[in-house]
Amino acid sequence: MPTVDLTINGKAVSVDVEDRTLLVHVLRENLNLTGTHVGCDTSQCGACVVHVDGRAVKSCTMLAGQAAGCDVTTIEGIANGDELHPMQAAFRDNHGLQCGYCTPGMIMSSIDIVNRYGGKLDETTVRHELEGNICRCTGYHNIVKSVLDAAGRMKVSQAAE
Amino acid sequence: MGVEGIGASVKRKEDRRFITGKGRYVDDIKLVGLIHAHFTRSPHAHAKVKGIDSSEAMKMPGVVAVLTGQQIVDDKVGNLICGWAITSKDGSPMKMGAWPAMAPETVRFVGQAVAVVIAETKNQAKDAAEAVVVDYEELEAVPDIRAAIKRGAPQLHPEAPGNVVYDWHIGDEAAVKGAFAKAANVVEMDLTNNRLAPNPMEPRSAIADYDTAEEHYTLYTTSQNPHVARLVLSAFYNIAPEHKLRVIAPDVGGGFGSKIYIYPEEMVALWASKKVGRPVKWTSDRTEAFLTDHHGRDHISKAEMAFDKDNKILGLRVKTHANFGAYMSLFSSAVPTYLYATLLSGQYMIPAIYAEVMGVYTNTTPVDAYRGAGRPEASYLLERMMETAARQLKVDPTELRRKNFITTFPYQTPVIMAYDIGDFGASLDAAMKAIDYAGFAGRKAKAKSEGKLRGIGVSCYIEACGIAPSKAVGSLGAGVGLWESAEVRVNPVGTIEILTGSHSHGQGHETTFAQLISERLGVPISQVQIIHGDTDKVQFGMGTYGSRSLAVGGTAIIKAMEKVEAKAKKIAAHALEASEGDIVIENGEFKVAGTDKSIALPMVALAAYTAHNLPDGMEPGLKETAFYDPTNFTFPAGTYICELEVDAGTGKTSFVNFVAADDFGRLINPMIVEGQVHGGLAQGIGQALLEHAVYDTNGQPVTASFMDYAMPRADDLPSFQLSHTTTLCPGNPLGVKGCGEAGAIGASAAVINAITDAIDNNKLEMPATPNRVWHAIHGKAR
Repeated sequence: MPTVDLTINGKAVSVDVEDRTLLVHVLRENLNLTGTHVGCDTSQCGACVVHVDGRAVKSCTMLAGQAAGCDVTTIEGIANGDELHPMQAAFRDNHGLQCGYCTPGMIMSSIDIVNRYGGKLDETTVRHELEGNICRCTGYHNIVKSVLDAAGRMKVSQAAE
Repeated sequence: MGVEGIGASVKRKEDRRFITGKGRYVDDIKLVGLIHAHFTRSPHAHAKVKGIDSSEAMKMPGVVAVLTGQQIVDDKVGNLICGWAITSKDGSPMKMGAWPAMAPETVRFVGQAVAVVIAETKNQAKDAAEAVVVDYEELEAVPDIRAAIKRGAPQLHPEAPGNVVYDWHIGDEAAVKGAFAKAANVVEMDLTNNRLAPNPMEPRSAIADYDTAEEHYTLYTTSQNPHVARLVLSAFYNIAPEHKLRVIAPDVGGGFGSKIYIYPEEMVALWASKKVGRPVKWTSDRTEAFLTDHHGRDHISKAEMAFDKDNKILGLRVKTHANFGAYMSLFSSAVPTYLYATLLSGQYMIPAIYAEVMGVYTNTTPVDAYRGAGRPEASYLLERMMETAARQLKVDPTELRRKNFITTFPYQTPVIMAYDIGDFGASLDAAMKAIDYAGFAGRKAKAKSEGKLRGIGVSCYIEACGIAPSKAVGSLGAGVGLWESAEVRVNPVGTIEILTGSHSHGQGHETTFAQLISERLGVPISQVQIIHGDTDKVQFGMGTYGSRSLAVGGTAIIKAMEKVEAKAKKIAAHALEASEGDIVIENGEFKVAGTDKSIALPMVALAAYTAHNLPDGMEPGLKETAFYDPTNFTFPAGTYICELEVDAGTGKTSFVNFVAADDFGRLINPMIVEGQVHGGLAQGIGQALLEHAVYDTNGQPVTASFMDYAMPRADDLPSFQLSHTTTLCPGNPLGVKGCGEAGAIGASAAVINAITDAIDNNKLEMPATPNRVWHAIHGKAR
């Protein structure tokens, strides 16, 4: 089995996997990072979204081998110790989750959206950008609120840096 | 209200684990020695299984076993059951065919399991499942209701001639005939309620672990009701006696009804774990979910409503055919009968109602309760009828509704339900105000001048929740009682654990239930832990569905709490040398009223457990249990109004506004309640515009992935404008009614009424895709 070296949440890891192994399965099965979920198998639902070199990627659509040498961040890697990432905090404060299954992917996609749009986000844009993430519980109402709220918080925290 | 008590929009206690990736769903669990199951499933909608050759599969890497339907029958694992007996008009019991967990002889829907491969890894099991060779003899399939009831149609089960499970009725046929005879106007409609796939985002999963020394099974499963699962697995499927079977439903990623049932895959995993002597995991993929998670809705109906000359309703006649799919699922029989036809009075005084329901088998995935379960079908039918009637009678649809509203309570409908309380006019007023109903004509004219077709649609729903008084459901054929239990444990340090038989899979019980305790005792919710979903921890419970967790489960908590308080007051009075009747509870302190004497809850708890100085004869400890059986259903009700525009060129619908005015009785956590409404509305709108589980004429499903089945996405939906009106439910001490299903029940009719208003053509079925809407506009309804 080939060995794949990559960085996950800041730590160098090396895994032996079959050629056909998907990135999401390395995360869940080899590394026990079970916060990244599988919801559809067809790249539609976005429950598996992680960041690969800073961009949102559906980890069920990427072979582990394609992530060799990449810097991967999962839902487990975005808080700063006990301090939640502003997007995590916004989801909690705005009741942007119910069953929690789509939530990690939603949060990872939403961080990428805010990073790409900076302060220029409105409801229509958020709804359009979230098209690749399916939630069955919330009707998206509070997810949209969460993302817009976090966009403000992330701007403030970036300005403070 | 305290800052964390009843009425406070407290942030959810459970969120931290979900937003940090620390939720623990079934597929996240790993056990030592775990191996994996993958099923070989039928590619045919109807076929005889002539033989299964697993010799090649057995030679493949990592394969531990290949097990077949015949083996599970030989091992005397029971057939799947339907737990609600319905009696046909002619007095005959419902007619059901046998449903083995894996098919030994005949497959009756695409995706039905015929064999299972157990292998070291999931991929090895998948590879080998493809190498299992099944010799099928294809049979003609009946893909839908119309095909199933045709004379000479292929038969699914010899036990059910004509593919009819039952032909049931309710109400007074003669009274309805009389009503129509004196009617000034009659409104008629044919309506289809489209088949839906529930699609919780977490696919079903099961891990079964057999302990050979103890002869004991543990099942981790994606269940809304783990105790019911244990009961059924034990009493009917012969897996193990209840004390030898522990069922754990940890974090569950949504259910919407589809995780009520005990499916073949859990049974097979349990059976296989003993056979192979290792823990077995099965996790559904999304296509398997479309093929095997039980679907919802799928009715075709004919409805007629009689009005007098003053536009008062005289009578309603409904004939419905309900599709059950290939087998009768656990609660399927009750859905189009006691959860549907009993709601056909809606919010209206209808002196005479008669409904007939024929349940039929087809070669499709089984159909059972999906969010709302019967009540969305009733509400959709009735609210499209009211809108159509208003158009036919040329009166404003809100006025027609208002004229016929029930205004005095309690109100006995002609179809069993006795509404306890409500104020339908108040929610209609609130919704009309929120959407500026009076200003709609002006907005429509303006839109027209801009080339857009604008419409408005109203839906006044009522539902029966808090299911249900055990005696009542027992008399109607239910195989179980529908009470709920709770245990309140005050620990020696004063922290509190609540054990509930309901199950949270997104509803936020860990927060809402803790708020009930905070309200009573004045302790912070951080000191309260809610425990659910484990048959070894929680004494018993009937689970979560039918918007029952708070009205029934929450009341059980209150009942147990009352017992704890009574004992704690005795202990406090003894310690404070006061009379028990003078003790009041405030902010976590037991006080002697009118004095400065008090003792804190932890000291009372400690006294209960040290037992050094308790009143004579008192047992140590501070822990009480209650089983609560509701006295009636609860009746949440409200009005939804949708305003939208249709592009005549493309048939595409765009929302302008969607308002909801709901009466759920007392709200414990308004933030969580609103979240429930948002999600329900999305599913109701999804049904109206997007979702449809479609089969071709051979019974092949053509919507078996998210590529083909249109799930509502963020850009398909508007933001919602919610408001609440309140009549307190008199049937339970909290005054609560339930909120989990309302959105899904009321929304679809509002959307379709708005589109048909916009395009001025009433012939439109769900889902109202752009294609269908375009054809409706351009005169070729399809």
